[in-house]
This record gives sequence, structure tokens and C-alpha cells, in this order.
Amino acid sequence: MTDNVTGDIAPGSWSPKRDRAKAIQTIVKIIFGSFAAISILTTIGILATLIFETIEFFKEVPISQFLTDTRWTPLFASKQFGIFVLVSATMMISVISIMVALPLGLLSAICLSEYATPRIRRILKPMLEILAGVPTVVYGYFALLTVTPFLQIFLPDLQGFNALSAGLVLGIMITPMVASLSEDALYAVPRSLKDGAYALGATKRETVTSVVLPAALSGIVSSLILATSRAVGETMIVTLAAGANPTLGFNPFVPVMTMTAFIVQITKGDAPYGTIEYKTLYAVGMTLFIMTFALNIFSFWFVRRFREKYD
Amino acid sequence: MPTPLPSTSISEVSDSKTIALQMEKVSVYYGSNLAVKDVYLEIPEHEIVAFIGPSGCGKSTILRCFNRMNDLIPSARVDGRILFDGEEITGKRVDPVELRRRVGMVFQKPNPFPKSIYDNITFGARINGYQGNYDELVERSLRGAALWDEVKDKLQESGLGLSGGQQQRLCIARAIAIEPEVILMDEPCSALDPISTIKVEELMHELKERYTIVIVTHNMQQASRVSDRTAFFNAVATDQGGKMGYLVEYNHTQDIFSNPKEEYTRDYVSGRFG
Repeated sequence: MTDNVTGDIAPGSWSPKRDRAKAIQTIVKIIFGSFAAISILTTIGILATLIFETIEFFKEVPISQFLTDTRWTPLFASKQFGIFVLVSATMMISVISIMVALPLGLLSAICLSEYATPRIRRILKPMLEILAGVPTVVYGYFALLTVTPFLQIFLPDLQGFNALSAGLVLGIMITPMVASLSEDALYAVPRSLKDGAYALGATKRETVTSVVLPAALSGIVSSLILATSRAVGETMIVTLAAGANPTLGFNPFVPVMTMTAFIVQITKGDAPYGTIEYKTLYAVGMTLFIMTFALNIFSFWFVRRFREKYD
Repeated sequence: MPTPLPSTSISEVSDSKTIALQMEKVSVYYGSNLAVKDVYLEIPEHEIVAFIGPSGCGKSTILRCFNRMNDLIPSARVDGRILFDGEEITGKRVDPVELRRRVGMVFQKPNPFPKSIYDNITFGARINGYQGNYDELVERSLRGAALWDEVKDKLQESGLGLSGGQQQRLCIARAIAIEPEVILMDEPCSALDPISTIKVEELMHELKERYTIVIVTHNMQQASRVSDRTAFFNAVATDQGGKMGYLVEYNHTQDIFSNPKEEYTRDYVSGRFG
């Protein structure tokens, strides 16, 4: 630093405050680091509470009972804790919603990224985003007060609270997520790849189905998994439209109770601290967490395993 | 910069070979910008024709007219007459999908599909309804692209796992698998190392026996090594601040490099600009 290469700059016109710069650098690092740490610590805190209370729960209810009981009656005098009653409802509603969101979302994404003219795209894309901005409570009432009565015209057996309309509306809710993430994946397929297909005499449809979709597969699947994980955790729609009747099985016409709906029910009522009802809350929360966490891990793995790299 | 010359007189091929591709007064617009103006060009069968010229002179644009890849760019518009085997290939009545089966293309960057080597080759055949034996087609095409010996034991592996030079030869194999009459090559060696480049150039000499080849290249040595004829394009700045390309001179490669008629050609091939 002391060498004066050019020779014509007077010594003393440079006085960098190295020590001060270093000190500021350290302080900035600490500030940013602590902000980052807050979110990590929060996660650890939530996880620790979940684990701690869940262990407390399993001290009173054996895990075999939790997994094999066929009824879910923690609030009754004769308590049974068959978690699969709630899991089956959650899974059924999630599957219904994915069956709605997969075709709707994927076809919208293909339309937006491959077929729409820039003008149509400018109209369609914001409309999809509006769908994503509708509050879930509105979706819930829509399912309960509009979709269910409408479906009852065709399906007289359908009860007032049911998994079907909750699942359908939940599917509409997660469609923008599938569409938007899938469109990103389709958009990321390099132009050169499509040109290659066209140059071999492929039509647009052949190019989309044989080249673009396979190349974007990992992104599309991961968008679906993330949407599923969103559906599994969704609360408001299922609480309002699917009912609060723990039923084991996969009948979409009758009221069911999902894990999230149960948590709402308990937290709305007054389960005193330390009671078994209170601890049940955490056991269910933990199950929910494990399910969504597993989905997210799977999605992460899938993307890394199947992503094509085009330098 | 000069005003573009009317290039009719200098672009005609004087000998009596069969003409595969022909352009008459072809201009290409992007939106309202004139990108290439008034190209007259005749490309004889079973020859290699090289397009050279500085960046932005429109040589790739002109190349992409022969298989109508410009159709895929919404703002592009092509004026003039383009003939392939004496038939007009512009206009709404000609299906570009059918045309592209007869006029194959290899791109600047190797772009194998994210599929197996085998499926890369059979893709074009499948969509074009090939009825023959696919195993034979794969072997024939890979041999034709001088790639068979290197990949015959790993046909089910991804085409993306090959080296850059191998990928480009895979793309050539993919192009010849649909048995085109013409192969367009858009700077096929610009992303390759020198050894891969030589392999592709040697391959072009073999392919010439069966196909007509049009190659765009930035590399003048490559043009002089591989081509029978060379078209030199130049660009002039336009009033709108863009560039407009035009064909300066088209002749036997030997003449372009040793005895160019135009001063701009002489300056370019001697490395004075570009």
C-alpha cells in the first residue's frame, strides 16, 4: 500500500480508515446474523415445544393406540386417539384438491407460457394472482354456501358439511400456486431446446408434450408437492366446509374432521393447560408437521435428483 | 459505410449445377426494422455454402429463412421469394412443419434433448411417422455423424452427459436421422474446442455427398477449409440506430478469398475489419 506507483500523487492524500471500516464490517455482520438467527431460533423453539408436549402426550397414550384406534374421541368420556381418523380426512381432501389443481394449474401454466400471446398473458396472469389473494375464509364460505348447495342438485346424498366441496374449493385455492410454479419451470426450458424440436419438424403440440414438459418435469412435480403440502396445512376452508365430525374412511359425501380442523376446535374451546386434551393438540400438530416436512424434503430431493442442467 | 449495392449481378452462380435453394430479393424485418435487405442467392445441390460476415450482418437470419425458423419470432417478417427445389416455400400455403423435415438444422450451441442418446435420434423420426427399424436408424444416423463408436455402448444414457463436441455430433445425427435434403448449420463449431471442430469439419465433407449444406461461420479459416462457395454479408448502420445487413459478394470460395471483386470483401477476408 505504501508504494506510489504513478509517482505524481502527493503522499498523505490517501488516509484510509481501515480499523473503522473493519469495525463497521463486524457490527454489520452481527446485526444481519442476529436477524437471520431470529427465524432459525423461532423454528427451533416451535419444534422444541412440539416435541416436548408430544412426548408428554405419549406418556399417557401409548403410540400403538395412537396409530391403531379407529375412533377419535379425545373430548369424550371414553377417550380414543386414532390419529388416522384425522389423517384420512386430511389426505382425502388433499387428494381431491390436487385432482382439481393439477389439470387446472398445469394447463393454465402451459397456456400462459407456450400459447398465450403477450396481450392475453397480461390479462390472464394477474387474474390468477387475484385468485391467490382471496382470503381463505372467503373460500370457506364459498364452499359451504355456494358449492355445496350447487353440488346437492346433482348429488342428493351430499351432506351440508362434506369433504368434496372443501376439497374442490381448496383445489381452486392452490391452483395459482401450481400454475405459477409450473409456469416458472416451463419458462426455464431453454429456447434452444424448443428450436431443436421445431427444426426437426415438430408441431407446437409435439414440442410441448415431448420436449418442454419432460424437461420441466422436476419443477412441475415440485410445484405439485409444495401445493399438496399447502393443502395439507390449510385450515379455514376445511373447518368451515368439511365439518367437525371425525370419521374414518374416504367417503367424500359426509362430514369429516381434518387435523387442522381439530386443532381449531380445541383452541377455540377451553382445554386447560396440562390436560390430555391440551397435549392432544401438540400430538396432532406434530403429525401435521411431520407430514408437510416429509413432503417438502421429498420435493427438495426430487428437484435435485431430476433437474436437468443446461449450463 | 457504403450504401448497399444491388447484388443481383454478383450473386449468380454461373455453372450449370442443379439449384437446391434460391432467394430472390429477400428482405427480413423485425417489427419495422429492416434487418437484411434484398438478398439474391442460389445454392447448388451437394455443395457446402458458407455465410461469412461481421456480427449483425444478417447471415443467421437469412439461414433461418430456409427452414422458416423466423416464423417462430412473432415480430419477424420475410419478404421476397424463396425457392426449394424450384418450389416456393414462403407464404401461408406451405406448412413449415413439412418443410423442416426436408431442411434440417444444427444450432450454434449443442442442444440435445434431455433424453437418452437413442431417444434424441428417434425423436424426429417418431413425430414424422417413420415406419422402418428404429435400431437401424439410430446406428445409421450415429455412424453418419461419426459418433457411433463413441456411444454405441451407452445409447440409453442421457445425451446431456456427452462432451460438447459429441453433443454437437449427436445434434447432427439427430438432423440426418429424418433424412433431410438440406442441412443448415448456424455456427456449429463456435462452442467447440479445436479438435471437435476438426471432427465436425471432416464430417461435413462426408455429409456433402448426400446433403446440401449451408453453414454460417464467424471463422474465415473454417469457411475457406470446408466450403465450395462463400457468401459475404456486411452490415451498415441505419438511421434508427440499428444495423441492416446485405449480401456483398457471393462466389466460389477460392475467388472470395484470393480474388474478391469487392473492396469490402477484400478488407474483411484479409482481416482488416469484422
